[in-house]
This record gives sequence, C-alpha cells and structure tokens, in this order.
Amino acid sequence: MSDAFETTIGLEIHVELATASKMFCSCPVAFGGEPNTRTCPVCLGLPGALPVPNRKAVEYTIRIGLALNCRIAERAGFHRKNYFYPDMPKNYQISQYDEPLCVRGHVDVPTEDGVLRVGITRVHLEEDTGKSVHVGGSGRIADSDRSLEDFNRAGTPLVEIVSEPDIHSAEQARAFVSELRAILASLGVSDVRMEEGSLRVDANVSVRPVGEGEHGAKVEVKNMNSIRSVGRALQYEEARQRDALRRGEMPTQETRHFDERTGRTSAMRTKEFAFDYRYFPEPDLVPLTPSRAWVEEIAARLPELPAARRARFAADYALPAADVAVLTASPEVARWFEEAVAAYGGEPKRIANWVTGDLFGLLNDAGVELTEAKVTPAGLAALVRLVDAGRISGKQAKGVLQAMFDSGAEPEAIVAERGLEQVSDEAALQGAVDEAIAANPDAADKVRAGNLNTIGFLVGQVMRRTGGRADPRVVNELLRRKLVP
Amino acid sequence: MTELHWLGATELASALDAGEVSAQEVAGALLQRADEVDPSVRAVLTRTDERLLEDARAADRRRAAGALRSPYDGVPVGYKDIFVTRGTVTTAGSRILEGYVPPYDATVVQRCSAAGLPLAHKLNMDEFAMGSSTENSAFMATRNPWDLERVPGGSSGGSAAAVAAGIVPWAWGTDTGGSIRQPASLVGIVGVKPTYGVVSRYGMIAFASSLDQAGPLTRNVRDAAALLEIAGGHDPRDATSIPGPAPRLLDGIDAGIEGLRVGIVAEFMQAEGLAHGVRARVEDAYRRLEKLGAELGEVHLPISLEHGISAYYLIAPAEASANLARYDGVRYGLRVDGEDVVAMTSRTRAAGFGAEVKRRVMLGTYSLSAGYYDAYYGRALRVRTLIKQEFARAFEHVDVIASPTSPTTAFRLGERTADPLAMYLSDLFTVAAPLAGLPAISVPCGLSPDDSLPVGLQLIAPALQESTMLRTAYAFEQDLGFAASPEGRPPL
Repeated sequence: MSDAFETTIGLEIHVELATASKMFCSCPVAFGGEPNTRTCPVCLGLPGALPVPNRKAVEYTIRIGLALNCRIAERAGFHRKNYFYPDMPKNYQISQYDEPLCVRGHVDVPTEDGVLRVGITRVHLEEDTGKSVHVGGSGRIADSDRSLEDFNRAGTPLVEIVSEPDIHSAEQARAFVSELRAILASLGVSDVRMEEGSLRVDANVSVRPVGEGEHGAKVEVKNMNSIRSVGRALQYEEARQRDALRRGEMPTQETRHFDERTGRTSAMRTKEFAFDYRYFPEPDLVPLTPSRAWVEEIAARLPELPAARRARFAADYALPAADVAVLTASPEVARWFEEAVAAYGGEPKRIANWVTGDLFGLLNDAGVELTEAKVTPAGLAALVRLVDAGRISGKQAKGVLQAMFDSGAEPEAIVAERGLEQVSDEAALQGAVDEAIAANPDAADKVRAGNLNTIGFLVGQVMRRTGGRADPRVVNELLRRKLVP
Repeated sequence: MTELHWLGATELASALDAGEVSAQEVAGALLQRADEVDPSVRAVLTRTDERLLEDARAADRRRAAGALRSPYDGVPVGYKDIFVTRGTVTTAGSRILEGYVPPYDATVVQRCSAAGLPLAHKLNMDEFAMGSSTENSAFMATRNPWDLERVPGGSSGGSAAAVAAGIVPWAWGTDTGGSIRQPASLVGIVGVKPTYGVVSRYGMIAFASSLDQAGPLTRNVRDAAALLEIAGGHDPRDATSIPGPAPRLLDGIDAGIEGLRVGIVAEFMQAEGLAHGVRARVEDAYRRLEKLGAELGEVHLPISLEHGISAYYLIAPAEASANLARYDGVRYGLRVDGEDVVAMTSRTRAAGFGAEVKRRVMLGTYSLSAGYYDAYYGRALRVRTLIKQEFARAFEHVDVIASPTSPTTAFRLGERTADPLAMYLSDLFTVAAPLAGLPAISVPCGLSPDDSLPVGLQLIAPALQESTMLRTAYAFEQDLGFAASPEGRPPL
C-alpha cells in the first residue's frame, strides 16, 4: 500500500437566519430566553395548526444563493422529512428535497496556496428543531434520568449549505468555513455565532491512498463549535483515518463527535442506521416561485462581499494582507475601520495599526465586540491626530485609549483632565533641566566628556520631574545645548 | 308553526328578526331536543350547553342593542370535533386526544363566532376522519336518525345526524374522500364540499392535507350557501387557501337552471354495487333537472371510477402517516409511560390510536418508503393528475356533473366494519371530486323505494363554480319539495 494519502472533505453547514420571526409562524427569533416562551400553536405542532412561509427567510436564502454564485430556482418546493424525535414538534421537519431554492454555485476561498474554488451543491431552506435538555448524569442522553424540551428554537428558519467534496485538508476546510462565515456576515442574514449554534458545521471526511479510485468510508464529524475546532477536529480525523489505513484497517462509515476538550473525535452511534425519511411534497404549502424581477432586485441590493472588500482594502488603503484579513473579517469591523480612516484623513496604515493592535487587545481582554465598544471611529482618529501633532506621546496615547475604552470620553477631554498635554515650551522646561543636571552631577559630567548615551538618562530624569508631560525631543535639545560644547 | 328544532338556519334567522323568538329560546329548544333524542342518536361527543346559552344571551343583547354581527346572529351551529375550539375539548374522535383542550379557535370557528353564531356542541366523527360510518369513533357509534340500527355515514356522521335529528340547525363537517357528502346523503340532508382552498383549514385537525376541506351540513341549500359565505374566503394562516374574499353564493341562487348543461356520469350509473333504489331515485332526479330546463348529456369518468379509490387510499394514508406523527405523548394528549422515549411513544400510539388509524398510518408509511414511493405514492399522484384532466375534459361539454352520492342507502351498524374494503367502496362516487379539488354537493332526492331511506344526488362543478352548483341544487330542491316537507324529516 502506498504511503501517500489524500483526503476528501465535503461540508454541510446550517445557518440560522436572523429574521424577526420564525419560518412558519410569527413567533420572534432570538437566542436563549425562558424555555417555551417563544412558541405558538404552529411551532409547537398543535393539532390543526398550519405553516405559512416567511417571505423574508426566502429572500435571505436567495441572497445567500446569489452570494455563493448559485442558480436560483424558478420553482422550489418544500417536502416533509419524516422522523421521530422529541424535540421536533410535528415529528417531521419541513425541508426541501429535490427542488431546493438555490443550486450549483461556488465560493473562491483564499488560502496560503492561492485561491481554492469550492463548489456549492445546493442551498436550501428548512425549519430548526427545539432543544432537548438531558437532566441527570453527564448531560448527554445516554445516562440521563429524563429529558426536557424547549421549543423556543423550534421553527427558526435554517438554511442548509452543502458543499461539493472539493476540500482536501483540514486547513482548507477551516479556510472555507471562515470565508463562508465572512460572506454570511456581510449579507446580514445571520448572527453566524458558532458557539451559540447559529452556524453549525458538519463534515464528511474520507481518506484514501493516493491513486486509488474508490473513495474511502465517509465519516461524518459533528459538534465543531468554532472555526478553530473545524481545523482541529478535521486534522485529528484525517490523521486517525490515515493511521488506520496504515495499519491495514478500513475506517468504518459512522458519525463521530468532536470533543473540544480532548481534541479528539469519538463514535456517536455504534450501529449505522439507514434512515428512511420518507420525503414527500409538503401538502400544507404551495411551491415557491420567486419571480425573476424579485431575484434581480435582491441581487441589486447585495452588499459588498468579503473578496471584493479585501481587494478594495488592499488597493485603496495600501494595507498588507494580514491587516486586510483582520479588518475585513466582519462587515462591522470593516465599516468601523473605514469610518475611522475617513475621520482621520491621514495614512490608513496608522489607523490599521491602532485597530489591529491596541484596540483589538482591549476588546479581547474585555470580551467585547467592536460594535459594542465605547470607542468611536472618530474618537480613535482624534487620538491618532494628537500623537501625530506631538501633543501626547505614543505611550501616553495607549493610556488615553484605555480610558476612552472604559468611559467613552473624547481623547481631548481625557488629555486635558489628566493634564497629559506635552510641554514643548523651552522656557517652561528650563527649570526642570537645570534641576536634573544639578541633581545628577556624575551623569552630567559624562555627557560633558562626550558620552552622549548618558543623555537619555538625563532626559528620563526631566520627564519624571514633569510628570511625563515634557516633550522628550525638546528636553534632549536643551540638555545638549547646556552640556555639549 | 313548525317546532323550533325543525327550522333551518335561515328560517331561524327570520324568526329572530321578526321577534317571534329569542336566541336563548332557540338554544333552549335545541338543548331540550338534544336531551330527548341524543341518547338514542348519539351525535354529540361534547355538549357545550353552558357555552351555547352564554353565546345565545350575548346574541340577544346584541339584538337588543341593534348591534348584530350578521344576519345569522343568534343561530347556533354545531362543529365536527375536528375543529379546534379554545377552551372546549377537541378530540378528533380519538383516545389520543381525549380531554385535550386547545388554546385557540379554528378559523372556521372564529369566523362563525364573529358572525354571532352560538357554539352548539362538538359532534362525533370517525377517528381522525378515517371512516365512512362514524363507527371508528373511539368513543361511540352514532346512529342514523332514520333507522337507529343503521349508520349515519361518515366521517362527519355526528354532524349529519345532529342536523337530521334536529339537534342543531346546521353544522360544520370536513370532507376528504366524501366525509360530508356521504353522511349527508345517508341522513337526507344537504352537504357541501367546497373547492379546495375556499374554506380555511387552519385549526381543522389534519387527516390528509391535500384533500381535507371543511363544508356545511344543512337542512337546505340556501343555508349551505349562507354558512359558506360566513366562513369562506382567504385566510392568511392557511397557505393553501385561495386569495380573495368569501364567495357570494346567495345572490342569484334562485335564478333557475334553464339551459344548464348537466352531465350524467355513465360509468357511475353502470357501477357494480349501485343499489336499485338509489338508481331509481337518482334517475328521477335527472328527469326532474331536465324538466327544470337543464340539458342532459353523458360524460365519462372511467379513470375516476376504476382508479379513484386506489389513488385516494394511497395519497390520504401517506399524508395521514405524517400528519398523525405529532401524537407522540411528548407535548399533549395521551401519554403511556415507558422506560425511554421510544417505548413511551410506541405505547402511547398503541393505546391511543384505533385499528383503522393504525391501518392507514402503516399503509401510508409503507407507500412512502424508499423503494416503494414510485410504485405507490408516486403513481397515485400521477393518477390524481389524470383524474383532474378527465374532469377538465368533461367540463368542456357540461356545466355540472351529476351522479348518485353513495352507491347505497345507510347500511347497518357493524355491516361493513369487518371488511375495510367494503367500507372504502362507500366512497366510490365521492373520492374523485377531492382528488381533483372540485366542489361537490349532496342534495336529498327522496327516499329509496326499496328501504324508505334517504338517497342523495351528487352535483360536481368546476373549481370555484360553487354558485352554479348551488343554483342547480337549489332549483332541484325547491321543485322536489322534500326538504321542506315532513316527509324530509326522520321519524324521530
């Protein structure tokens, strides 16, 4: 057996749409909340209740399809997918089967090895289930005492995106999900929060020796709750299957659960069920027939997508790729940055450095999103201008930013309040310079003897005497005039 | 004056308008009638005496204040127990929903309440509307008021029997394969299945969603038109409901049928199993239509006759298998505990569903299964398309299609329960209209000369041509005089 292996990965991604109301009723869509408070006869599947499709959800799905370069169906239908599960109120899910809303698209994914084109098989619309809470034991169903059902999530519009098996490494999969998430975020159709489950990724992974025609057993990996997990889980799974093949074992077709803590995958179901979902056309709904005019209208209103935004940021702001990637990761960050650049009016790279460095550091430490931060784009621009004008030092500016972050105050106000403004007036500094020389005769002598490195020490002494407000360039100049012949 | 309980809805409305009687007196008379006859007819599953009297009191107050909600304000209406009623037990005739109190009103109920119709009882039915005799009710078998040893038909047998017995002046039923028309025929009243989508299905417990349609069971054609006007029309809560306001059906109902082209279904008249007495009465009816100015012709519906029942008994159970999956013991209704959720669900469904429901859930599950879909469900859908096309061709030549409603008059209790296929053939002439989504009515055409039991004439019209259909039925009914005469009432 050859020692080289190749990996094939296809992804199935579920996206909860951030519509105001649920897919088939008018209950609000929101995360969390008291169990079973956002329910009605329709999303509880009460006898007699009927679904009515949410037009906004259809529009969002078409928006996603267009952004993923899909063909939008002229006629799409809903089917019933039948299976029993306690968190599914009707014991069938209204989904799409052979007439999905969007088909045959692709995403161009930036990777370290250039652009990878990943085919999109289909994008379809369905309803989410409720949530089971298992009480007792470990919290997983197997050893629990009983289960409770919360139907707040039931009926939330859910879009399923199925990729072609065009992905050949864990890193590519990670990059694909990251790009897809950025696209979805730009479209404003979803919160795309993997930790909260509004973006869920399942992967089909198979590894086979290079050159072998048959694909290996398809292993489905679930429970990857962050983009980082996608990389870790698939890397583990790739290695696991490769090792098995090396030992001469065939990986079995199964569903595996990724454990965030151990970084490993484990088999979820020992027996492989051949599910028969008995799909049939949903008789409570009529087919969707999005008009060409409507689709064109949606297309015309598509926002700038990440790829285009990246190109523009690189070109217009002359930023390095690393900055572009960070600043375009979400439309909110990009918009914030652009507002700051506009308010600043100078070199965009200066703003980029402050945003990607100090500001993101503060955000991370506080666990706050940029959009929720008290610092405004105009505020940051004003701060950087203060530094540029030499009115405060770069070091002081970091402290001012922290204060802006904490209180939301304007930088000018903080500088004034703290008395931070640099003193560059020679007459005002003369006294402090004389004091520093008088107090440190040895150092002064060294400078006089031509040891200019010691000037820095004396500058520090002057800074201390002025509470850090002295302009170090002016102090330096005054010391030289006094001591250097 | 005729006793109050024998008055039709329009007659009661006139009596209320004339001040001859109050809504409370009407309600009281109907409750007294129920006390007298329902112990033997057994049409009512849940009596709503208090609600009825309270609604009637409110109607009288509105009348006194000159704030009537509709011309029928104060005329009570009964509901098949398949319509959910807020605060009033709704079972669909099933143990699995025994004691279930819905938190909302069906659109039909809501609209009738908005028109001021007091709610008069939840009426018996075959479990989840699966049956043609009301013997599949989990709670009791309803009797035919004309002969208490016979069935009232089904599945809306409780509604039909209650109207025929004078317990309510009119009632709502649902028709999936004939469940309004066949019982109407068997108890000698009018029953209408409207065009699919004319009446909202919201709050109507689903049996077979693509076929289910609510409709009135009434003592005369005018009442049927009026009840459809009250509750029909687009409902934003039902995605399959037809856009537009309620059809105006009373206007021109008495315009006559001079020159109307009526097609007799040749195959139906030759069908094996068409009882002699039924044929005789229906042929009389055809002649009467001709006498009234209609032009009679023949139409052919061979696919409907040969394959209608087969297609119906694949499509309806398939949809039912999914519609009934929600009765699992998790959220409402019966729960029989088990060691885990699978055992609990299995035990709940084993105990909660009757034999016919189980049979159809299994049939439907099977016909949708991988590998069988194309041979069964898929093929049935193709037959359904052929039936639609067959009707479209027939309606190129005629305005209304006429046939018997049921091949026989009311059969004896227990006569067909042992043989599901014999029971299914009760729907022989009625399944085609719902498969094609078309409106159809059963209107009494007298008593069979063989057994003196009622016979019904079925009229089928093109989609949304309820007005033509009702005008035909009205002309026929008025000329026959059966409904308005004591002869049209059961000896009860």
